[in-house]
Amino acid sequence: MRRGRTEAAPQRARPSIQEMKDLAQRALETAVAQGASYADVRALRVRQRYLSTKNGEVAQVRESESFGLGVRVIAGGAWGFASTDRLTPEGLDAVAARAVEIAQASALAKKSDVQLAPEEKFVDEWEAPCQIDPFSVPVSRCLDLLLKVDAELRKVQGVTLAECQMDFRRQEQWFVSSLGSAIRQVKTQTGAGFVATSFAGNEIQRRSYPNSFGGQYQTKGYELVEELDLVGHAPQIAEEAVALHSAPQCPAGVRDIILGSSQVGLQIHESIGHPIELDRVLGTEANFAGMSFLTLDQLGSLKYASEIVSVVADATPSHGPGLGTFAYDDEGVPGQRTPIIQNGLFVGYLTSRETAAAIGKPRSNGAMRAEGWNRIPLIRMTNVSLEPGRGTLDALIADTDDAIYMETNRSWSIDDRRYNFQFGTEIGWEIKHGKKARMVKNPSYGGITTEFWNSCDAICGPEEWTLWGTPNCGKGQPMQTMGTGHGASPARFRRVKVGVAYGS
Amino acid sequence: MTMMLTRQRAKEIFDKVIKYSTAEETEAYITSTASALTRFANNTIHQNVAEEETALSVRAVVEHRTARASTNRLDEPSIRQTCEAALALARLQPPNPDLLPLPHPQTYGSVDRYYPETAELTPKARAETVLSVLQRAEKDQLTAAGVYSSGAVATALFNSRGLEAFHEETISEFSVTMLGPTSSGWAKQTSPFHLELNTAALAERAARKALEGGSPRDLPPDKYTVILEPSAVLDLLGFLFFDFGGLAVHEGRSCLTGRVDEKVFGDNIFVRDDVFHPLQSGPPFDGEGMPRRRVNLVEQGVVKNLVYARSTAKKMGKEPTGHGFPLPNEYGEAPLNIVMEGGRATLDDMIRSTPRGLLVTRFWYIREVDPYQKILTGMTRDGLFWIEEGKIQHGVKNLRFNQSVIEMLRQVEMMGPPQRTAGEESFEMVVPAMKVREFNFSSATKY
Repeated sequence: MRRGRTEAAPQRARPSIQEMKDLAQRALETAVAQGASYADVRALRVRQRYLSTKNGEVAQVRESESFGLGVRVIAGGAWGFASTDRLTPEGLDAVAARAVEIAQASALAKKSDVQLAPEEKFVDEWEAPCQIDPFSVPVSRCLDLLLKVDAELRKVQGVTLAECQMDFRRQEQWFVSSLGSAIRQVKTQTGAGFVATSFAGNEIQRRSYPNSFGGQYQTKGYELVEELDLVGHAPQIAEEAVALHSAPQCPAGVRDIILGSSQVGLQIHESIGHPIELDRVLGTEANFAGMSFLTLDQLGSLKYASEIVSVVADATPSHGPGLGTFAYDDEGVPGQRTPIIQNGLFVGYLTSRETAAAIGKPRSNGAMRAEGWNRIPLIRMTNVSLEPGRGTLDALIADTDDAIYMETNRSWSIDDRRYNFQFGTEIGWEIKHGKKARMVKNPSYGGITTEFWNSCDAICGPEEWTLWGTPNCGKGQPMQTMGTGHGASPARFRRVKVGVAYGS
Repeated sequence: MTMMLTRQRAKEIFDKVIKYSTAEETEAYITSTASALTRFANNTIHQNVAEEETALSVRAVVEHRTARASTNRLDEPSIRQTCEAALALARLQPPNPDLLPLPHPQTYGSVDRYYPETAELTPKARAETVLSVLQRAEKDQLTAAGVYSSGAVATALFNSRGLEAFHEETISEFSVTMLGPTSSGWAKQTSPFHLELNTAALAERAARKALEGGSPRDLPPDKYTVILEPSAVLDLLGFLFFDFGGLAVHEGRSCLTGRVDEKVFGDNIFVRDDVFHPLQSGPPFDGEGMPRRRVNLVEQGVVKNLVYARSTAKKMGKEPTGHGFPLPNEYGEAPLNIVMEGGRATLDDMIRSTPRGLLVTRFWYIREVDPYQKILTGMTRDGLFWIEEGKIQHGVKNLRFNQSVIEMLRQVEMMGPPQRTAGEESFEMVVPAMKVREFNFSSATKY
């Protein structure tokens, strides 16, 4: 690239597509030659850019690139995995041999040989739709936009901290396996959002748009930023952050509630998405992430939710540009649409090839994903989404006599079997006689997962449905962070305990 | 496995950075990791992984602007392109008049945290240790799950004013959950030296908790006296100490805004940040290469000092304490080598002195409910026991708490000796076990 004041994104040294595949293939062949009965290799290049502003100034401008390769094997009937960024012939041979050596160590403590559900061979390429490459958008243009939002936020008296951000990630991956599969996938992910904080007296209040903890994230390009209209939403969000100080405390007691769609999305994530992970159910996450109340005997018999509730786990591109959208998972299994809850009945788990075999399923439903080249795939949520119901949010409010409407998550916590939960939101309003009445601050609610979902009596329609992205889902040891998708509309729940976080 | 990054190798990489960087000032942050983790569940090793990586991060400063670019490709063209990317990104932003020039060379206190035996621990050795833990589980028909990890990390920070900082340390961790039909127990330890991990004792402790906590009973949520084991203390306090950053107070996002020099906690609370403490870990320099100083944060319940990165110190008229994060960042700084004074009470002393109360092994899924009152919520996990008349009586089904951690530190009745403690929700610290009155539980779960 040219030196000096350029607006173009710098071009970086990068291996070619063919070079990446050749590296992966060499590591695969070495692993098999070393004694692996099954092997798969993922070679990845990940590029990230993060931009943020704070109180009128640029806070962070950073970019990173990571390239490496991970070898996963079964040898001696047990699992081994090794990864490296040393992409020389010696580095590749060493990492493949280490993966096999590790598997042989695992075999010292095996009870039985690892069994995988059958899978077909795929030779394919897939690129997630991306209209505007976010790395091609000049950094100065991105910062100008964030600073414009920042200025709008700080125009409102009482806003003490304005924070805005954009986050871009592109991942290019080759997957090759000893089944003969060779799959190339390219995904671009964009995130953006802002937070207004107001400190006054002895209270900190915050409002975020379009969601808390980084904003909205999807598998698409810079077009997401344009769709969000960050500048247009800034004044109202800033005013709400300040107004919360003078709003009354959310009342405590048993009340009907309506949740905004992003909060329904997080409720799905924590109290449906995690408990349906079959590895948790089978105990392999017991030391860290925990287990699940959805024991195998519940499948097909548990009334998880009321009859109007249907939930799918859908990785297919037709579901939309979610963070859980892909063509193949990181075991080479095609992305699928799996019913999870059908009219209230619990009907499906998320599986890997190994866990599918363990419960006698003929095939995995393709939920294995790894954070990067240095991690093994784990069962992760794809897009676990609530099917839309009918009508607008305004119509739902008009149909509600006495309730509290809660919007935008502030805190979230759930037990290690995903049963007892408590959520707080940034803001709430009382609903009285079909109308949004006064604002309340510090709303919170809690309950037991199945009791809560069985109390759902209204879900808004497709016009209110948003495919939310949760970019920060943690699981595994070593820890992996993964993005998951959750389509949701606002929904009403009857007789829920509210105000639980502040009651004493 | 062997350590890949030496001071010499880091210097060679930095020399190339300097060769190619045309920024006014340049900083290079080079990190290297070689680690492995053996994971077990259902009394078998089900995951077993290893990784190695060396990454270069270049920060360019030009005309009061700064930006960072990183890569793990260390060939000359990649280093050159990373330098150019950092400079180009810096130039694409408006100037920040408050941006400081890079620091001059510094001197650092010494810490010795590298054990070659731990860096080179083999998968076979880890598997054999795990196997003995699985045998302990099976002796009592328990199911074990956990991790045994080992490895090494090296960090080098160089800048164009001649600053040079290098730190290497080994890491090891053992964590075990023992599951019975209706109960579970947990124990965890970390150390730079894996032979300090008492894996057999940890397995025994987790097994005893699982066995003694069987058939847990319901307990109505209420305010109870609690005895918090060190891991439970740690995971709560992890949500407090980021508020001791100067910038967090300056910007009004800390619960200590307006409370510095005030008595915020009880008389018996003393906390300092001390990277040189023998039970602490990490490098003796911060993200800009400033030497970490010992800082007394809380004395007799009074918030005495905050920590300051260079730019925060300038803003607030203080001296930098060496607690800054790598630049650029939004957060400023935080004390990450917390040492809390304790007392002399053993857990048994605390239990014996308790007419009615609960023993808490650990907490789980802790989140902040209110940032200024510092109310946290979360669940108990893997060993909650009812105490009556100075004795443990039986296991209790897990409870949810909503408790201000500030209030909690005004209600500490007894403390044990501080120890190196690991949890799952916080960075590691040196903290004691505590007996606390009127800890607020708000609901129960069903197991």
